[in-house]
Amino acid sequence: MSFLELNKVTKVYPNGTKAVHETSMNVENGEFMVFVGPSGCGKSTLLRMIAGLEDITEGDINLDGKLINKVDPSERDVAMVFQNYALYPHMNVYNNLAYGLKNRGIDKQSIEQKVNDAAKLLQISEFLQRKPSMLSGGQRQRVAMGRAIVRNPKIFLFDEPLSNLDAKLRIQMRLEIKKLQQKVGVTSIFVTHDQVEAMTLADRLAVINNGIIEQLGTPIEIYNNPKSLFVAGFIGSPQMNFIDGELKNKTLFAEGFEIKNVQSDFNGEITLGIRPEHMSQSDSGLINLSVELVEQLGSDNLIYGELKNKKDFCYRCPGNQLIEKGSKISLNINDNNYYVFDKSSGNRVN
Amino acid sequence: MTRFFTSGFSHLILFIGIFIMIAPVWMIFASSTHTSSVINMDGLQLFLGDSFYENYLRVLLYQGGFFKEITALKMFFNSFIMATGVALLSVVTSLMAAYALVYYRIKYATLLFWIIFITILVPLELRIFPTYSVMAELNLVNSYFGLIVPISASAIATLFFRQFYKTVPDEMLESAKLDGANPWRFFIDFLVPLSKTMIVAMLIFMFVFGYNQYLWPLLVTSSEQYWTVVMGLKMMSGSIVHRFAFVMMSMVPPILIIIILQKHFIKGVFQDK
Repeated sequence: MSFLELNKVTKVYPNGTKAVHETSMNVENGEFMVFVGPSGCGKSTLLRMIAGLEDITEGDINLDGKLINKVDPSERDVAMVFQNYALYPHMNVYNNLAYGLKNRGIDKQSIEQKVNDAAKLLQISEFLQRKPSMLSGGQRQRVAMGRAIVRNPKIFLFDEPLSNLDAKLRIQMRLEIKKLQQKVGVTSIFVTHDQVEAMTLADRLAVINNGIIEQLGTPIEIYNNPKSLFVAGFIGSPQMNFIDGELKNKTLFAEGFEIKNVQSDFNGEITLGIRPEHMSQSDSGLINLSVELVEQLGSDNLIYGELKNKKDFCYRCPGNQLIEKGSKISLNINDNNYYVFDKSSGNRVN
Repeated sequence: MTRFFTSGFSHLILFIGIFIMIAPVWMIFASSTHTSSVINMDGLQLFLGDSFYENYLRVLLYQGGFFKEITALKMFFNSFIMATGVALLSVVTSLMAAYALVYYRIKYATLLFWIIFITILVPLELRIFPTYSVMAELNLVNSYFGLIVPISASAIATLFFRQFYKTVPDEMLESAKLDGANPWRFFIDFLVPLSKTMIVAMLIFMFVFGYNQYLWPLLVTSSEQYWTVVMGLKMMSGSIVHRFAFVMMSMVPPILIIIILQKHFIKGVFQDK
């Protein structure tokens, strides 16, 4: 039995909107699970159902072997970090951390011990007497995490906690969250719409779209082996290139080129997906690109251009490979690193 | 130079305003420290006399009323009880009413709120007869309870607290829930401290409101034991200096309340920033 089990969990709002469809998944003890998807896909709803802040319309949620569908949020032993931190503005940091412990009837001495330990771990000891309004964004973020850690819950829930921070701080806090989770070893679920955050933080991630888990797996599995067009487009930066075409008897016909011996029995209209980093320049390549824009990132260059049919296309090459704006280049796909999707259903067919 | 001129000019206007407001009060105060013969002969006085102690003490302790049962001291006590009662009770009831309206899933909560709000259009004077008959029925005429309760539901305070609660982010409630706060704890540990500034403002407002009541105390008290200061202003007989002294003293409690509570009020405002 897994630590957290979702069994056909469904959420229908009173107005009839179906936010989550029969979602099932298991999260193991100590695992860092990330829910990633575009806004409005139901990932936050799912998280809030685990927290007990939303009622479950159908299905079961088991935490540590106990059915928690009807258990009050305060008794689920979960801690949540909110997007806007939801710190208590009228309490100082110490009391923010201690509040949940006080409500659980823990004696004063052990509260002090626990708060001080958590504060030390998060390096906020010197701010304990300050009010949240006197803290910077990163410090508030730490306090919010401290409030979760101090209770030593069964599970941490993070609801897009980094989206209020500026880019630099976000990367820093991302690392800190990951380190902290590894140090504390508490099962965590992290909701984000940022695929970089998802890839870097997750032990496993669930790509969610329209209330359905499109794919569940380790970040690298999902990157290497996307099961659907949506997942392929969502994971990876810059985004995967998509070209419409047709598959007939293992031969793929796209505008201007064809690929033979495709490992698929599918026949019909398809979408071909190629990651920008899975190509290399050659004199007689499959894909011909007229370069319109070059982004030099230092380590890499991102080459943006148009195909013959005016579709946008991106190619990523090492930073030392100079390609000029306005030139025409020819690209080959490395090691058959391409993905074929059924155009109508979006399912992977190769 | 222009700056000096404009700021000097606005200060001048302020001083004129202060003078217009303070001058009559000062004249009453100055006059109240003279003997009545001075006032009768020379009219109102601009400078302090030497009968302050004598006049004020007499007013405080003089047995007044038809039955000689009431002193000014007792009136102050009554007024203080009434105003404090009205202030505390109306703040507590409106805090709780607003809490229920915003946080509980009450059907037609908005409609209910507007019904409460409409009561602003029905002043005490309009419902004074039924209110009196209810109080008489309940045997509450001539009691502090009867003085306080009928004017202790404030739609305005409910409006203020409701609007404030609506600005409290939902995450705060959710976070508190996860921290094990039940509805009562959420109210006491979160909403009350967060609305402290507003509570103090409402306490001042409702204290002055309760203190200034005239018609209701007049109606609901037939015993002189329950007379209030504002009633006393009308009932007061005696020489003009004593009446002046009483008028001066009647201003003290509201001013004191404002001075005492204003500190918290301002502190609250600045802490929030």
